[in-house]
Amino acid sequence: MSDVPGTELDSTDDASADEVTTATDVEVEEPPDPHALDEEHAQLLTRLEGELGDAVLDTEPRFGDPVVRVRRDSWRRAAEVARDVLECDYLSFISGIDWQPAPKEGDEDSSDTSSPVQPQEVSYGAAGSDGRFQVFAHVQSTAHHWGLTLKVDVDETGMLAESWVPVYAGADWHERECWEMFGISFDGHPALRHLYLPSAFEGHPLRKDFPLLSRVVKPWPGLVDVEAMPEEPEEPASTAEDTE
Amino acid sequence: MNRPPRVSEAEQSRASTGERVSAVGASPTATSEPMMEVDPRLYRHLADAQVNVELDTGDMILNLGPQHPATHGTLRLVVRLDGERVISADPIIGYMHRGYEKLTEFRTYPQITTLINRIDWLSSFANEVPFIDAAEQLMGILAPPRAQYIRTILTELSRIATFLLFLGEMGLQVGALTPAFYGFRDREHILNLIEAATGGRFHPNFNRIGGLKDDLPWGWVNDTRTAMKTVFDACDTFEDLVAGNEIFEARTRSIGIIPAELGAAYGVSGSNLRASGVDWDLRRDGKPYLAYPEIDFRVWTHPDGDSFARYWVRLQETREAARMVLQLLDQLPSGPIMTKVPLIIKVPQGEIWVETENPLGQMGYYVFSKGATGPFRVKIRSASFSNVSILPWLLRGVFVPDVITILGSLYFILGDIDR
Repeated sequence: MSDVPGTELDSTDDASADEVTTATDVEVEEPPDPHALDEEHAQLLTRLEGELGDAVLDTEPRFGDPVVRVRRDSWRRAAEVARDVLECDYLSFISGIDWQPAPKEGDEDSSDTSSPVQPQEVSYGAAGSDGRFQVFAHVQSTAHHWGLTLKVDVDETGMLAESWVPVYAGADWHERECWEMFGISFDGHPALRHLYLPSAFEGHPLRKDFPLLSRVVKPWPGLVDVEAMPEEPEEPASTAEDTE
Repeated sequence: MNRPPRVSEAEQSRASTGERVSAVGASPTATSEPMMEVDPRLYRHLADAQVNVELDTGDMILNLGPQHPATHGTLRLVVRLDGERVISADPIIGYMHRGYEKLTEFRTYPQITTLINRIDWLSSFANEVPFIDAAEQLMGILAPPRAQYIRTILTELSRIATFLLFLGEMGLQVGALTPAFYGFRDREHILNLIEAATGGRFHPNFNRIGGLKDDLPWGWVNDTRTAMKTVFDACDTFEDLVAGNEIFEARTRSIGIIPAELGAAYGVSGSNLRASGVDWDLRRDGKPYLAYPEIDFRVWTHPDGDSFARYWVRLQETREAARMVLQLLDQLPSGPIMTKVPLIIKVPQGEIWVETENPLGQMGYYVFSKGATGPFRVKIRSASFSNVSILPWLLRGVFVPDVITILGSLYFILGDIDR
């Protein structure tokens, strides 16, 4: 992979033009803490924790938005608190996530450029998770303009979460989508029917172990006609910027 | 150049006082019946219900679509009718489901912008902005001011293009053919500008992580100023020709009223929610993004929440967007349009929710990254999906022609529903 003719030729041919675009170090100065909550959201989080007590498993600020993971049996209660106490009257979305890494495509040693290679070890997002599946939702207040993200773990054997339909009417479609895409059922949902997919569809497409079918039928052209990724230059070209 | 909005005075005073209007033509009979307190707007519905009871009309299932012209694509509505009245309506979506959330897991960040261009294809540029913003924030980089301004201008131009089409097409939905031609004609000016700047009329794919692909071409700023005049004129035309039309009012007033609280619970956003009197616009009220904090603009609301209010609010927002473009052009800073980014874009581990005020409403991406060249998962929150999810509630009890009015006034794009 290191002896890629294309990139080296380019860089010798026209060094100045190439190095301006390939400059590597982007240690751009970050603001002190991009995740810090402003006063409003910090209070919001305190109020939520006060109402829910030990049903809040973990919280973590993410780019100014509080991310709160609640216990399974308090998922609907969390929505009620968000709507009635925190005045988050607006339901932005409900969705799910599968934290299990997707199986690697192609052979171990093949230079597979068909899709980005994700790390193979399991890691969880903000506020953690204790299993493979999670449901997460975002609610907002139209009057106060604040919002927060709520998460709940889904038991892999039961695959059941509490439905939000009694709290937010709009949860209906979001939960139907989540049900067909991840196979997560919602307790209290009026009718879990297929939303996007045909009713005879089998499987749950957004699970990580569900392959992208079009690539099973026909391999990605990139697998056959491998074009090497351009290598990062060895030395950060610090003087090259001035030559422009 | 910054001329004040040309708003019909009656409508504006009502917008500021929050007074509701009753259906056109129903008020004269309101006082002649002292026996029962009934909202005058319901009189004609009552009369029809009476006929249904006397004649014992049975139910009928009507399939609207998936190819009905009023559905902007392939939305199918299964409507249960009793005579001319809708008993229940069930939207069947998914005819255009392309599985973008799955596809994003197989693409790199720069490749994904090609996909998300095709979510809401009338305002493709505006779709790119929140995703690029999410990637930039996760990487801790910031596009230069000039890039931010150009992004804002192009977002507003997309808004104008989308709304001009709506303003014309809404007339078509209720039976007036002429406005549709005006809408398409005037949108052409905006599409030409977008094409001149980005190279693409519908799918610009112009945003890059860290800035923009190109700077603006020569003469573009002046061309845009000229085109904004056309937009103001077009808005005046639509205000006279459509919004001020008695028949149009009769067809849209008090049709499809969305109560503010219910709309919010369903996730209805953007102009649709502002037409229900909710003063909430992410450009002003959300986390600061693009150049919006630096310009001065008004957020328009209307108290009625009916189809007419949705038309009226979009009409004002078109004008407001044109004024914003002029302001942005005046303040346009010079400088680079691209910040330094690595050749291979890897986004550090993390997750972020970014939302923007798109022409159709709140558009957002929840991006989970694990440090690879592509995202681990992207949740695409598209506006039309939630806007349309209120239809089963909204269509209950309306007449068949009003179904079309409501569908038209909600203004959805099928790609934005199905993703």
